[in-house]
Amino acid sequence: MPKPAASPEATTQDPEEHLEIDLKDPLQAAFLAWLLPGLGHWYQGRRHKAVLFFVCIMGTFGYGLYLGEGRVVYASWRPPDRRLPFLCQMWMAPAALPAAVQATRAKPFKVFGQQYMAPPQVSADVRGPEDELDRIQKRLHRYWELGTVYTMIAGLLNVLAIYDAWGGPAYSAPAPAKKEDDDSGGESDKRKEDSA
Amino acid sequence: MNDWSQLVGASLVFARINELWFALPLIVVVSLVYSATRHELPAPILQGALRMAAWIGGFMLIGFAVLYLMCAML
Repeated sequence: MPKPAASPEATTQDPEEHLEIDLKDPLQAAFLAWLLPGLGHWYQGRRHKAVLFFVCIMGTFGYGLYLGEGRVVYASWRPPDRRLPFLCQMWMAPAALPAAVQATRAKPFKVFGQQYMAPPQVSADVRGPEDELDRIQKRLHRYWELGTVYTMIAGLLNVLAIYDAWGGPAYSAPAPAKKEDDDSGGESDKRKEDSA
Repeated sequence: MNDWSQLVGASLVFARINELWFALPLIVVVSLVYSATRHELPAPILQGALRMAAWIGGFMLIGFAVLYLMCAML
């Protein structure tokens, strides 16, 4: 858990301004964040962010898989079926590793009777009855696209989580500095009083 | 364009609105994760997420209104 620094200013200004975050080994944290969303933050002791990343990213990914019946994530670079969405999905190991394993196998593994994350069979006749990809897309209709989008967004969100595990948060609104007032030695206050 | 075709057009638009519900979880998740990469403490994360969700929702509503008006006028 990040601890606020023992500074008197920390209590009066933005509470995050003087926050000390121990990132431990940033590269290891980034790898763990890729391996499982939130795992890198858990390793760093940033538990609430670990839970948030895990729930949000894995929830989005799982819902996308559910919409697409486990077939919207797969790795394929065959000429009729270049799966470009996988470039976004691969930023989390729960998508990248099973898809990579399934892509290398001639006979894919089956999980509960489903060829989970296996590339669908395609034929030269893309509208033909033996083209599995065409059949799946016709059956799932818009849920194929929705599942693909959900899993793509989950992968891209994990890029943000990996970066956060590696480099820490990028504070968006630093506390406004009052340096000018201090440097003037209260002259501006005097001018205000004179004009009044 | 007569009233009948306008009615059909409007009903087609509203029939597609159901698909917009799929955007709602995405707005929540994207706002929370993005805000979590900008802040460290839970309270600022939630405040930032609310602000960003409002921006995304507002932007989508404006886009929807513009497209709907364009469809209605064509």
